Amino acid sequence: MADESTRAPAEEPAAAKPVSALRRLRYLVPVFLFVALAAALGVQLLTGEPGKVPSALIDKPVPEFALPPVQGFEDAGGFASADLGQGEVALVNVFASWCGPCRVEHPLLMALAEAGTVPLYGINYKDTPADAERWLGRLGNPYRLMGADLDGRAAIEWGVYGVPETFVVDGAGRIRHRHIGVLSRHDIDETIVPLIEDLRE
Amino acid sequence: MIAEIGHYALILALAMALVQAAAPPLGARLRDPGLMALARPAAAAQFFFISAALGCLMHAFVVSDFSVVTVTDNSHSAKPLLYKFTGTWGNHEGSMLLWVWILAVYGAAVAAFGRNLPPTFRAWVLGVQALIGLGFLVFVIATSNPFLRLDPAPADGRDLNPLLQDPGLAFHPPLLYLGYVGLSMAFAFAVAALIEGRVDAAWARWVRPWTLLSWCALTAGIALGSWWAYYELGWGGFWFWDPVENASFMPWLMATALLHTSIVAEKRDALKSWTVLLAILGFSLSLLGTFLVRSGVLTSVHSFASDPARGIYILIFLVIVIGGSLMLYAWRAPGMRAGGSFRPLSREGSLLANNLLLAVGCATVFIGTLYPLILDALAGTKVSVGPPFFESTFVPLMIPLLLVMAAGPLMAWKRAGPGAVLRRLALSLLAAAAVAAAVAASGGGPWGAILGMALAGWVAAGVLMELAERVRLFRVPLAESARRALGLPRAAWAMSIAHLGVAVLVVGTVGAGNWQSEREQTMHPGDTVALAGYDFALLGVGDVPGPNYLARRGTVGVSRDGEEVALLLPERRHYPVQDTWTTEAAIHTTWLADLYVVVGEDAPGGGTAIRIHHNPLVPWIWIGALVMVAGGAVSLSDRRHRVGAPARRRPAQAVAAAGTGD
Repeated sequence: MADESTRAPAEEPAAAKPVSALRRLRYLVPVFLFVALAAALGVQLLTGEPGKVPSALIDKPVPEFALPPVQGFEDAGGFASADLGQGEVALVNVFASWCGPCRVEHPLLMALAEAGTVPLYGINYKDTPADAERWLGRLGNPYRLMGADLDGRAAIEWGVYGVPETFVVDGAGRIRHRHIGVLSRHDIDETIVPLIEDLRE
Repeated sequence: MIAEIGHYALILALAMALVQAAAPPLGARLRDPGLMALARPAAAAQFFFISAALGCLMHAFVVSDFSVVTVTDNSHSAKPLLYKFTGTWGNHEGSMLLWVWILAVYGAAVAAFGRNLPPTFRAWVLGVQALIGLGFLVFVIATSNPFLRLDPAPADGRDLNPLLQDPGLAFHPPLLYLGYVGLSMAFAFAVAALIEGRVDAAWARWVRPWTLLSWCALTAGIALGSWWAYYELGWGGFWFWDPVENASFMPWLMATALLHTSIVAEKRDALKSWTVLLAILGFSLSLLGTFLVRSGVLTSVHSFASDPARGIYILIFLVIVIGGSLMLYAWRAPGMRAGGSFRPLSREGSLLANNLLLAVGCATVFIGTLYPLILDALAGTKVSVGPPFFESTFVPLMIPLLLVMAAGPLMAWKRAGPGAVLRRLALSLLAAAAVAAAVAASGGGPWGAILGMALAGWVAAGVLMELAERVRLFRVPLAESARRALGLPRAAWAMSIAHLGVAVLVVGTVGAGNWQSEREQTMHPGDTVALAGYDFALLGVGDVPGPNYLARRGTVGVSRDGEEVALLLPERRHYPVQDTWTTEAAIHTTWLADLYVVVGEDAPGGGTAIRIHHNPLVPWIWIGALVMVAGGAVSLSDRRHRVGAPARRRPAQAVAAAGTGD
């Protein structure tokens, strides 16, 4: 586009000059980019079987990670893979203060923690430490242990692709269920809690 | 019976689209006026049949005909009439039908009002338009038929998602689609221009009203959507960089760039191939947005793959439309003659800078939205990109954009003197400094907030300075200035209004991002909470029945220094059919700030969770967007769009440069 400005005002008759191959090639760039995008979408479409995504980690041990504590909650210490699989079923919740939907499910997590249904562990995903501290201070902290995943590495290990996400981990430290998106009361009562009870037996 | 009529009407519309896609372009090639003239009745008939189909679907929704699958899945007999009506497009099948109907409206409008376009050009435009309609009609009929029957019919439906049962969201899709589909006009004009080999000032003027109309609708639609999110989702935010929002934001960025670059193409005959590319990209992003959101590929991989036929059809259609037009561009654009040259420091240069910044901004949004998807396809790894990504990539790009916004209109075409520009910007500099000082003095905020407010002052002062220059304020008698102001073309006023709207919008977003405060706590009736100088007293919590929900309503009295300010009634509504809750925030606006109250769940030990937000300047986000739309509307009413002006340079070719369909 900028080239039009630098060349002299064209008074020559249209299409009189042959267009150089190099110049032509430049106009093909959008096509190439689009072909690449279409190919990626096509691959996605043909290989993306339903259910494949959540199952990748199901029944596998939790990935190795060790996270430092969230600012303001240093006393409890951080959160690492060794904290899970101590014979106790647990929920691992990935959250962030910038995540609107997390706010929706937060009261439910608080209720779960208050009722003592199941221990909750938190991975604070790519958050500003001060924001996370303010958020938890204001809305309450439902987590037994929390880790600050500042660069998002631990979340990648867990295969997280959006916040919030919640995992059910059994007493042996294996991931048994993955919930993508906001937890609703319905999800907790109908899926999560029955599963936890099954796993405890 | 009525559903079958709708289905049949769709098939007839498909036949009409076939005629319209084939005959007029063939006529244009053979120079056969008879074949080209077929476009008009075909477009009118297409409009008629699709309207009939849409009417039939609406009828099925309004009378709750649960033998129609779409109605069963998305409606309920107890739903209020308004949402039965708007529920027509609150689902995949119906929204696709609405899409194709709006396309038919535009097609019929060109057929009816585009008489002043050269006949072969109009034939190509309508042919391209019909080709798009054809693709959508086949998609609707083959994979997303809204008229499928269910036997036996259930006694009642599964209801519309309660979140969508809201006046804001009821009218959000039609506005958004008016914008998305409006870009198909710019696209059809661009493709026709590439085929005919004519991109000149007259072409730019023909495209402009359609782009403007679609830009206005997109702006209004996006603003309505964000307003809905603000009061309905109940956490005080207005923009979440969610894939669905991004899908509408990207075409908006392209349409904004197109609006600006088409001015250069019209007035200076420059940046033509770029303008054409923007027209193609704008509509491509609308298509991508429509399909990606509709197909659910962005929100969840599963629903997309759950119906592979739909997905594969979409992909093939995108490849034909986008890939085909980009190939055509690659073939024809290099031969386009360049127009007037210009220096970097000039009106054209600033518009080019505007375009580059908008295009790069659009690219960052595109990457942030699609990257997780593409990386997944290529490497099988998952990553998520949240607001932190967009805040660190997109937002910084807007700073130079705002800087240029004030400076550009003060520059001369072709070549501007740096001295003159700086002199005219003195007022802007002064305003920016004054605003920054005032913000810093009155409590301040993060440096980003001070910068944002200063930029808003900079833009607003630039707009006023530009107007003052135009009417030669204080250099001629005031009466003379007033006379000049009245004589200014509407397009000049339009620019000033729209740019002022941007300044107002910036003020709102800076306020939303930096000075919000909130408190959440369990309250019993009689408790009072203080926030930002206001006292919020919970007077009571009770159940109030709605037409198809039960509301848990809090009554909150707001007072300031003992004086009553407002009575707020936030609700949590339970919709039994889908067993879902929605929040209805109660908002009292003082125009300088919103007092925003949300009622939460009852606490186990008694009391109710109440969340209170003080959102300074937030109302100005939507006021700013409205002012921008008003600017667009004023520009749309400019008489140049109706009458047209002689094209530059090649008068022989531009005889037909008289008005388009507005």
